[in-house]
Amino acid sequence: MGAESKKGGLALQGTQLVVRLSVRGWRGLWKGLCSIRWNSWAFVAPALLLIGFFLVYPTVMTIFRSFFGRSTNLFGAPFVGFDNWRFVFTNNVMLTALRNNALWAVLFTSCTVGFGLILAVLLDRVKYERIVKSIIFIPAAISMVGASVVWKFVYAYKPAHIDQIGVLNALVVALGGEPVGWLIQRPWVNNICLIVVGIWMWTGFCMVILSAAYKNIPRALLEAARIDGATEWRVFRNIILPLLAPTATVVATTMVVQVLKIFDIIFVMTNGNFSTEVIANRMYKEMFNFFNYGRASAIAVVLLILIVPFMILNIRRFAAQEGGR
Amino acid sequence: MKSALNPRRFVAKIPLHLTILVFAAIWIIPTLGLLITSFRDPTNIAGTGWWTVFPKLFSGGQYSLENYIGVLRGEGLARSFLNSLIISVPATAISTFIASFAAYGFAWMRFHGRKVLFMLVVGLMVIPLQMTFIPILPIYSKLRLAGTFPGIWLAHTAYGLPLTTYLVHSFMAGIPKDLFDSAAIDGASPLKTFWRIVIPISVPALASVFIFQFLWIWNDLLVALVYLSAKPNVAPLTVSIANLVTNRGQDWELLTAAAFVSMALPLVVFFSLQRYFVRGILAGSVKG
Repeated sequence: MGAESKKGGLALQGTQLVVRLSVRGWRGLWKGLCSIRWNSWAFVAPALLLIGFFLVYPTVMTIFRSFFGRSTNLFGAPFVGFDNWRFVFTNNVMLTALRNNALWAVLFTSCTVGFGLILAVLLDRVKYERIVKSIIFIPAAISMVGASVVWKFVYAYKPAHIDQIGVLNALVVALGGEPVGWLIQRPWVNNICLIVVGIWMWTGFCMVILSAAYKNIPRALLEAARIDGATEWRVFRNIILPLLAPTATVVATTMVVQVLKIFDIIFVMTNGNFSTEVIANRMYKEMFNFFNYGRASAIAVVLLILIVPFMILNIRRFAAQEGGR
Repeated sequence: MKSALNPRRFVAKIPLHLTILVFAAIWIIPTLGLLITSFRDPTNIAGTGWWTVFPKLFSGGQYSLENYIGVLRGEGLARSFLNSLIISVPATAISTFIASFAAYGFAWMRFHGRKVLFMLVVGLMVIPLQMTFIPILPIYSKLRLAGTFPGIWLAHTAYGLPLTTYLVHSFMAGIPKDLFDSAAIDGASPLKTFWRIVIPISVPALASVFIFQFLWIWNDLLVALVYLSAKPNVAPLTVSIANLVTNRGQDWELLTAAAFVSMALPLVVFFSLQRYFVRGILAGSVKG
């Protein structure tokens, strides 16, 4: 690129700056400063400064901090080697949290992407597509705190002999069952009930993206297969699914990243009690309830390690896009 | 095209309609229950299910605004609503502003390290914020930024920058090069080109990013908990409602009304600006 070589390297300009300073003093410095292409840097500098201070610097410090003991004073904590790490991978609650995050990752991701795909394809065949799409998508606009209250009310529990006020238990009782403490019944019922809230919130997001991709498939392609006598299932299995697979993969990775960091729903609905703990909520507790910054740092680094593969994936995908431009 | 009223086709389509109906019901019933409950009398809420209003849905006397008055005045949610606005509007504006400069710089300026730095920005889009709190908090308390609005504006701006920069960048990179060439021939400086040409044609993209970022900050709980340390005078709605759930967990008349207060603005934004919102989501599908 011509512009690039013309402008010359910043390093080179820096060296020139030093040389000029020694030769010509302050006037030289001023001239040197003017010779740097501030124009180019000035545009990105505010963003880079903020990102550097709020994201890059703390990330490095937190990794460092995970090898030091409790104490809220950043520099007053004793070096403890891998003690915090031992805690992360042996403590019972942490193991529950890791297990729950795995459960979230599998159930949440498969259901959001799966339902999103089903809805994208099915809704294309009905006339009232727009209104149903809006209904499914609405939860994406509200807060997880709001959604948690919505669903806490759905799961509300009253003893068997009085009227139920939660929809789910009313349904169970109407079908002749006993009311269930949905958020207390450990370990599977309550965790699945929490995951349902997440699925309810994020299916719309997956549906919107997959639907856009589905509408890009040439209709003629599907019609041709149908005329050749392919059943709807085969059209879906052999044409639609392979064509949507790349988009579905992107959406699925987004969902996994989302779910690894899941915090609000658990914080509001159970605060990690009854075996519903997750990594992010545990990190918050270590930080603000127990003031053990060493352990909290180690837990945060676990999250980072789990997410790093997706960072690399994003960067690679971006680099490929740039290359194709 | 055959007639839609062909009975055979209609029967064949029943399973399709039913499946969609079930999905729609599961998605709408929880919110509907919340909305109806928030207008009911506390004793009715605790005694009977909200669906019992249906046989006499429109008979007066069973609904009132009492619960809303109760949460807005009694529980101080009016203040929290204001706090949420004070937090999210400036934070969104600042981050969109800074991001559009950065996006232009990354898309159209040539400088060393441009590619690597932008890769860093892309990578940081998914970084867990948990990695950042512990080192920043002591600095915040030293600078007296903890528990203040400027403190959380800065934090939200910085945390939103990777995504907003990426989104605006993907739009700006698509602007035809001729436009810049002709501006350069006319002798326009980069800043002038940016302000007079790039910003005006980026308005739709900036609107998407603004809405996206606004809803993100409005709905945020974690960053507010960490940097505002749950002080009631600065707490946004999400923090106040989370506290309400902890302290008044069975008072559904308060919880339902409070939740609806927090959902009202996002719903208005969503229904009036759905187009921009969806566009933002489609552009940002890489973000976690």
